[in-house]
Amino acid sequence: MIANIPFIAVALLVIVGLYAVIFRKNLIKMIIGITIIESGVNLFLITLGYREGSIAPIYTSAPEGVMAYPVPQALTLTSIVIGVAVLALMLSLVIQLYRHKKTLDVRKFGGDDQ
Amino acid sequence: MWSLEEIFASFNTGNGFWNPILWVIAFIVIFLIVYIIRGFGNNAYKKGTSQTQAFLSGNKEYEKTQMHVKGSNLYWGWTESMKWIIDLLKTIHTGNVSDYILWFVVIMGILFITVGLI
Amino acid sequence: MNGLETIMNHAPALIIAIPLLGAFLTPLISRVNEKLRNVFVICILGITALLMFVLASEVFTSGPVTYVFGSNLQAVQQNTVIRILFEVDGLSAFMGIISIILAFVASIYSWGFLEKETGLDKYYTLLLLMTAGMLGMVLTGDLFNFFVFLEITSIASTALIAFWTNKEKAIEAGFKYIVVSTIGALFILFALALLYGQYDALNIAKLANSITFTFLDKIALILFITALAMKGGIVPMHMWLPDAYSRAPASISLVLVAATQASIYGVFRVVFTLYGNVISLPQISIGWILVILGLITMLVGVIMAMIQTDFKRLISYGAVAELGYMFLGVGTGLTVIANSNPQITLISQPFAFEAIKGGIFHIINDALDVGLLFMVAGAVYLATKETSINKLGGLARNMKYTTIFFIIGLLAISGLPPMNGFASKLLIYESTFQLNPILSIIAILSSIMLLAIFVKIFQSVFLGPKIPKFDKVKEAPKSMLLAMGIVAAIIIFFGLFPDLIITNIVEPAANALIHNEQYLQWLIGGV
Repeated sequence: MIANIPFIAVALLVIVGLYAVIFRKNLIKMIIGITIIESGVNLFLITLGYREGSIAPIYTSAPEGVMAYPVPQALTLTSIVIGVAVLALMLSLVIQLYRHKKTLDVRKFGGDDQ
Repeated sequence: MWSLEEIFASFNTGNGFWNPILWVIAFIVIFLIVYIIRGFGNNAYKKGTSQTQAFLSGNKEYEKTQMHVKGSNLYWGWTESMKWIIDLLKTIHTGNVSDYILWFVVIMGILFITVGLI
Repeated sequence: MNGLETIMNHAPALIIAIPLLGAFLTPLISRVNEKLRNVFVICILGITALLMFVLASEVFTSGPVTYVFGSNLQAVQQNTVIRILFEVDGLSAFMGIISIILAFVASIYSWGFLEKETGLDKYYTLLLLMTAGMLGMVLTGDLFNFFVFLEITSIASTALIAFWTNKEKAIEAGFKYIVVSTIGALFILFALALLYGQYDALNIAKLANSITFTFLDKIALILFITALAMKGGIVPMHMWLPDAYSRAPASISLVLVAATQASIYGVFRVVFTLYGNVISLPQISIGWILVILGLITMLVGVIMAMIQTDFKRLISYGAVAELGYMFLGVGTGLTVIANSNPQITLISQPFAFEAIKGGIFHIINDALDVGLLFMVAGAVYLATKETSINKLGGLARNMKYTTIFFIIGLLAISGLPPMNGFASKLLIYESTFQLNPILSIIAILSSIMLLAIFVKIFQSVFLGPKIPKFDKVKEAPKSMLLAMGIVAAIIIFFGLFPDLIITNIVEPAANALIHNEQYLQWLIGGV
């Protein structure tokens, strides 16, 4: 059971993140929700690479023991970098939106204006 | 590169064939026939008198800029008779980005029940 | 010549590398001279287009081409597969041709359209980055590589949609696009991690070989289909599409069409190749799900398009409706194939193969037609600075060539002969009729309504009396007319000689989808 706790944490993080994106009206809270979903997916990737009682997969002056899988850690690093770039772009767009409209309420940005 | 036979071939759907070159030839032939028949018409009319004005059941014809039907007024009959579905779709398209993600989760739920559990 | 041989061998890597190199050199060159930078971008995209055509001709005649980064294929076949592979089969080459043609035409069009704007060095850099991302998405044979290129494309597209930062509507559209893109990409990463955790492989061919249909695989399939369909604009997740297409500059709307179609390519790749061996296992066939999504997309797209008054918004709802045809065609083929062995099925029920051919041919037709219509909309906006069709009128007197191109686009998108839209729609009508007549009736009905919508724009914008405010509008600049002319010439060529295109370009792509053992051939060995 205790080995399943990271997976339950991943499910909870994704659900909390989706709740923040769908049901909150402030733009900054939606961006934080997207970041929480991304943290959940990264945690899922790292948890997949764990072996029972293993050490970090680094070869220099390594103690004896089984090593964890290094490939999911490489995937997670790429995903974190992409997440930082997307977060920077979203925040700069929100700054420009606030300058134009003076409000951060997402319901005021609707508009088919037909 | 390709032979002449391949370029002008007609492509074969499962139930028939379609050859656009034959269509173009047929179009030109029919156009010529119509043009010749039009040439048999009566050419004598007086320009500028009431023979060339539009007939609007006796009403006066306003000037052209007032008579031009604008884009959103065309197809009024269709949009009026389908008002129930158009109003429903307009209320669904709110423009709120949270609703876009809500639809994503709804479709994921429906597909999960259909594919995953049945 | 030995140098030429080397270039042809490394073509898949060069197709990605040359636009990336050009993207990083563009800000330096634009400090020297503005016109030199425009010519440089067009040359880079032209060289990439040449390489893509050579690669496509090789793939269409002799099967998939596999390219390993940093090793050769024999070394990879003997050991476990740990390198990134590019696998170019018929469908990848087909989508690559569409992407590079649209990007090349967009760079020619931007010369005239954005001549008086500032910040153009960033625009051209992002355009080249977006092209590299789209080409990487369709050429790759590795799932995580697909995710990375998907994110590159969506980040570059967002910055380009929000190009006119003085208008708040454009920034809104960019924000909505990046929220939708990021959530879609994160769920793709989640599904990818599920598959990796079970089978310890990220390569599509290796996964396809060892996949069984466990419960977690079902969840991964649903996440893939839904997230990629959201990025591709299928109803009811389509609502970001009119905002993004209508508020971007017209040359970017052109390239965005290719980017959304690359996501539709992702759906087909996952359903047909990755899950190809087990697609017959679900009780309710995936094909019926694709068909129902396609029908709803067609109907909602056309009904919403009838009531719009903004020029580009109307065209983008028409583009949503056209996406439904692709799903309808390919889904019809999948319902039949999923039931049994492909060889037996195709002989006994040949309409499945015709339906898949129609759906795939419609992808390139839709890209060209909608692209031409967006270019006309951009020309009208440049001349009159108005976007609402209620305020425009009588433009055919001054803009003759633009009107002719609009008529060609109108005939093509509503499927009237002799343009290319008729050829692909005829295949779809005749083959879906044999599955169920109602599908064919709804498809023909939405075609007629598309004709009604575009005739409405034509009557309101181009015909009519002379409005004194628009008395002095000039014709569009020459570079824009050249770009529109290239696309119109391709449309007429595809319309007059459809058999040539179908046997040489569409059939290899459809064959590559159905027979997924061609994709696995380097792994299993043998013919």
